[in-house]
Order: sequence, then structure tokens, then C-alpha cells
Amino acid sequence: MIITNMEQVPGKNIVEHFGLVQGNTIRAKHIGRDFMAGLKNIFGGELKGYTELLSEARSEATDRMKAQAEAFGANAIVNVRYSTSSVAQGAAELYAYGTAVRVE
Amino acid sequence: MELIIFITLLALGYTFGQIAEKRHYKSIFAREKQLLRIPALTIKTMPREGMPVKGDLVTGSVVISIDYFKRFLAGLRNLFGGRIKSYETLLDRARREAILRMKEQAAEKGALVIMNVRLETASISKGNNKRNKIGSVEVLAYGTALSVNK
Repeated sequence: MIITNMEQVPGKNIVEHFGLVQGNTIRAKHIGRDFMAGLKNIFGGELKGYTELLSEARSEATDRMKAQAEAFGANAIVNVRYSTSSVAQGAAELYAYGTAVRVE
Repeated sequence: MELIIFITLLALGYTFGQIAEKRHYKSIFAREKQLLRIPALTIKTMPREGMPVKGDLVTGSVVISIDYFKRFLAGLRNLFGGRIKSYETLLDRARREAILRMKEQAAEKGALVIMNVRLETASISKGNNKRNKIGSVEVLAYGTALSVNK
């Protein structure tokens, strides 16, 4: 499965479009991480726990998108976009979407 | 008593925040120089069709928080209006760090260039309680890394 955020797949030709595929996940933070974040709030700096949490969640969303594309029989996803939104207090939604295509 | 805690927090935030920021900028400058060979472009289309290349999605993300002192300053600014410098550097650092992480991932794949780079910013706050509010942002950088198809 080739994933790209360009409109075409580099070095290949698109032969079939399958339409929009998407994957999302909603994650909440847990207390241990929140405590560390509270400390960092005073000193400033990177919140490594959150960085990990969010990139983990994002790859989960990507995997769901991939699974959907595979079910269509696609072998690539083009024009992939990511978006993040906070739905409830302390929870974030990570969303990935793109167009499933077949390339040769 | 409350005042003492407040002043201690300010002082702690100021010293550690300054140190952290200086160190971070230093590492950013050094790594940016190193990764200059992989340009990150925001253009969408290939310069030339039919090149023997393959593309891979690369991402880099970072969550970074502001220190207590700077948040206090920003709070003051809220009263008078104007430019909030402390947040400007926070976002600048976050963006450059995210781009660097994306480039590092691309370098691992042996990429020559990253095309169609997009940046996304999301603010992560803990709640409505003003005291507990986390002034932190997440920046995500993503793009398509092109490498020679062997």
C-alpha cells in the first residue's frame, strides 16, 4: 500500500479511483501523563508523553484508513490529509482521509 | 503564602524556561544545517513526469509547552493587546522541530526531497480551569518523501 499526500503517485499511473477512505480515533490522556504535563507547564519544554500518544493515535487512524482502502481493492491512497480536533475535555480526535486508487 | 508560591513558580518558570528554550534553539540550528540537503517543498506536482522515483508519506510531530513565566506575561498582554512574543517563539520552535523530525524520517528512507509539505497546528488544553490550563500546542508536519526507485 503506497500512501502519499500528492495528487498522483510518483512514478506510477492511476488506473482506477475508489473514492474517499477515512480513519479516525479518539484518545484521552491518562493521569500519569497529565501529571508530567502539569510539571512541564511550569518549566516549559516538550511533552514527550503527549507527542508519543498523538503519533501513536495518528498511525492508528492511518491503519484504519488503509484497511478501508484494502477492502476496496486499492493499492494506494493519494492526497492524504490529517486533521486534529478536540471533541471533549481531555480527548482529541485524530482523523486521516484520502482517496483510494489503483496504480500500475 | 499564595504569593510566595506564585513568585517561586514564576522564578522557576523563568530560569528553566530560558535554559530549555536556548538549548532547543541550539539543537534546531545544528540539525537544520545537517538536514539542509533534503529540501522540503510545498509544491504539489512533480517537476517532470516519468521520473523513476517512489514516494512515501513521512510525518513529524511535537507537543511543546510554554513555561509559567511566559504564560503569565501572555496573560498580561491579554489586557493591553499587542504582540505576544513568548508565544511566537513557542510556535516557531514547535514548527521547526516538527519539520526536522519529518526530515529525519525522510533521511532514514534515503529520500532526496520532500514534496507537498503541510503543517498543522492544534492546541491541546486541559480544561476550562484557568490555573490548570496547559499552554501547549501540537504541530504536525507531513509530506511525501521522494527517493530513487532501484
